[in-house]
Amino acid sequence: MNFDPFIIPFNIGLYFILIYAVVRSVIWFRELSRPDKLRLQRGFFGKAFGQSLKEIFLESLIHRKILKSNPRLGYMHMSLAFGWFLLILFGTIEADIFGERHLNPPYKAIFFKFFSPDHGKTFFEASYAFLMDLILAFILSGLVLAVTKRFFSRVVGMKKTTKLKPLDKVALTSLWLIFPSRLIAESLTSGAYGTGSFLTGNLGAALASFLPANELAYPFWWLYSLSLGTFFVLLPLTRYLHIPTELFLIFMRNSGIRTGDKPGSFSEVEVHSCSSCGMCIDVCQLGFSAGIHTIQATYLMKGIRNSDYIHDIAHNCLMCGRCDQICPVGIEISPIRMIVRRIEENDRVYENSWNGYFRNRLNVPAPKQDNKPSYDFLPAPVSKKADVLYFAGCMTHLTPSIKKAMVKILDASGLNWSFIDEDGGACCGRPLMLAGNDREARELINFNSQLIWKSGAHTLVTSCPICYKVFRESYYLDVEVLHHSQFIKNLIDEGLVNMNFLQKRVTYHTPCELGRRSGVYEEPKEVIRHVATLEPTGYDDENSLCCGGSLGNIMLSHDKRRGIAEDVTARLTANDPDSLITACPLCKKTLAQATSTRVVDIAELVAEAIADAPALKKNPSRHKKKVVRESAASL
Amino acid sequence: MEKFGFSLTKARVIDYDANDRSIVSYILEREPSLNLCIECGCCSAACTTGNFTGFSLREIHILLKRGENDLVRQKIRKCMLCGKCILVCPRGVNTRNVVFLAKQAFTKNEGYEF
Ligand code: SF4
Ligand code: SF4
Ligand code: SF4
Ligand code: SF4
Repeated sequence: MNFDPFIIPFNIGLYFILIYAVVRSVIWFRELSRPDKLRLQRGFFGKAFGQSLKEIFLESLIHRKILKSNPRLGYMHMSLAFGWFLLILFGTIEADIFGERHLNPPYKAIFFKFFSPDHGKTFFEASYAFLMDLILAFILSGLVLAVTKRFFSRVVGMKKTTKLKPLDKVALTSLWLIFPSRLIAESLTSGAYGTGSFLTGNLGAALASFLPANELAYPFWWLYSLSLGTFFVLLPLTRYLHIPTELFLIFMRNSGIRTGDKPGSFSEVEVHSCSSCGMCIDVCQLGFSAGIHTIQATYLMKGIRNSDYIHDIAHNCLMCGRCDQICPVGIEISPIRMIVRRIEENDRVYENSWNGYFRNRLNVPAPKQDNKPSYDFLPAPVSKKADVLYFAGCMTHLTPSIKKAMVKILDASGLNWSFIDEDGGACCGRPLMLAGNDREARELINFNSQLIWKSGAHTLVTSCPICYKVFRESYYLDVEVLHHSQFIKNLIDEGLVNMNFLQKRVTYHTPCELGRRSGVYEEPKEVIRHVATLEPTGYDDENSLCCGGSLGNIMLSHDKRRGIAEDVTARLTANDPDSLITACPLCKKTLAQATSTRVVDIAELVAEAIADAPALKKNPSRHKKKVVRESAASL
Repeated sequence: MEKFGFSLTKARVIDYDANDRSIVSYILEREPSLNLCIECGCCSAACTTGNFTGFSLREIHILLKRGENDLVRQKIRKCMLCGKCILVCPRGVNTRNVVFLAKQAFTKNEGYEF
């Protein structure tokens, strides 16, 4: 037997999806920028190719990242993806070895049992059938988990699962039907012919004992083919498009293509690669501390895919980066969110030109902007010559104790330093950028850059991680930019300051902008360990929490911010430390309002530990001693 | 009749009721916390921009509520969105969003010039 009409739905679906994949890939490739095209071409013929294959195997099939952070959920994804892959692979081999001839069309492998029903009699055939049954059982176990997850998400260790649109539901149902219908169809056929292994064989024999197995099998083969065909046809229209696009994403990423700050092919591929796994939902503090369940990354991706109105989703986010960190597909979520914010700020009438915005946005007429400068009131930049510059930043000016501590540390270091914004300077520009107002931010960046250039300094120290990030990434400076924790670490390493060890137990809150956003984890902890006893909190490094005060979120209400801060301080002070240390003036201000534990910036802690500097000016005899020491040193 | 040079002058009362409140209602709809503002001026005292100019967020809030949209439009773009005002506001007004929405109302809605 070579053909039967029931395979038609499957064939239609399969060839449709293959043609679609080729067309879509070509369109995406054409829309890449020139340098990205070159990157991708180079990536295909270089080391990146092997890396991509390895990553596809580990992430798309095995789902290693999900497996690591949530074994049950990982198993569910792995059994479906890897199991299906194995089933196709071994099915093809089976059809090739045992079929009538070699190199069969795909349907021969998929419906092998139907076309060779009496296969499985000899020992070798039977052991192969055992393997196929094992794979099918592996998939079905994952499917059971998936079905239960849909109704009781806690089964796989998740608090919330994603919501679906109607077409997704149809696709989901057809996906769910694929494997059970295969099981029943194969079992009935096996039952009729007395073949099959532990699963299909036994089930088949049991069914055949009281049912007309041979006649009943045929409709189930139809169902199997139909559900496969339906799933394939719906694939491009539903969230399941992520399965093929993720492969594309991996190749692009390994070739060195990044999201950047404009919409394009890569961000579109990323958006379509979201598997709606929901891991970003569980880590989002807006969800578990503030009761906001509509803005998480998966909904952002869905909103973009569906061309929905997503102003609130884009803006109501702390930009803490916890979801970027956890996303198993490696989607650069925050850069995509920033693209949405930016596009919106540079677009006039957003309500009606939202459709297909990733594609069409750049063709939309510009917003009403007169391009007059917004900050022409800023004075001409003048700055003192110095080796080291200190930029406190807006938030540090609101927390004068940090400013004072830094002045003390800088004085104690003996370096030739100058305080750029001593009398209050302009903002660094990052808050404007976070709101999507890049043009305005550029004005402030120009102003501050000139101040820095004119001073001739080689090092710029800032107390605020928000400033630190923007200085490093969006300014064109030829100075070394340091956060004060790094600067203090350098001072300690070079022996420029002497400190006492304070008999204190402390915990450390990693600020998002310093940690996940800038990758500075170790320096602050080393500085703290130098002067006090640092205890772990369970929310360290990449797993750190956002204080809730983030300027990345322009919509969050005061009460919700407060709620997040209270939740965070409760977790960080669980073992009742003497102080809660942080390295950001905004974090300090936000956290201090929410706890009775003393919240201290790392600079204040260090200033407290510095041996005898405060007496320098007031006590002339000490001053003299220092002079003596210096002259002794110069001898 | 003898003319003494007197005449009735037009009333010089500023009629705020005649002003256009569309901007403030656009903002209030999306950021109701503006209603909580007691015009205490803490935000203006902390303001980064206020350090360089006479810009005052408290004034902006008052002007917005009065519907003095032209004045708001001239001033509002000076704000740097730095967020100091949020941290000092005793009433928990989400001040940055007020500025953000006001700018949005001017740039994105038809009929307003920025
Ligand atoms: S954005 Fe990432 S973590 Fe969130 S649902 Fe999509 S794939 Fe999962
Ligand atoms: S960046 Fe933070 S606040 Fe925003 S969606 Fe991700 S986890 Fe939630
Ligand atoms: S600090 Fe708050 S309450 Fe006071 S004027 Fe400003 S916004 Fe209004
Ligand atoms: S956000 Fe604007 S109004 Fe508020 S303190 Fe900063 S510059 Fe002033």
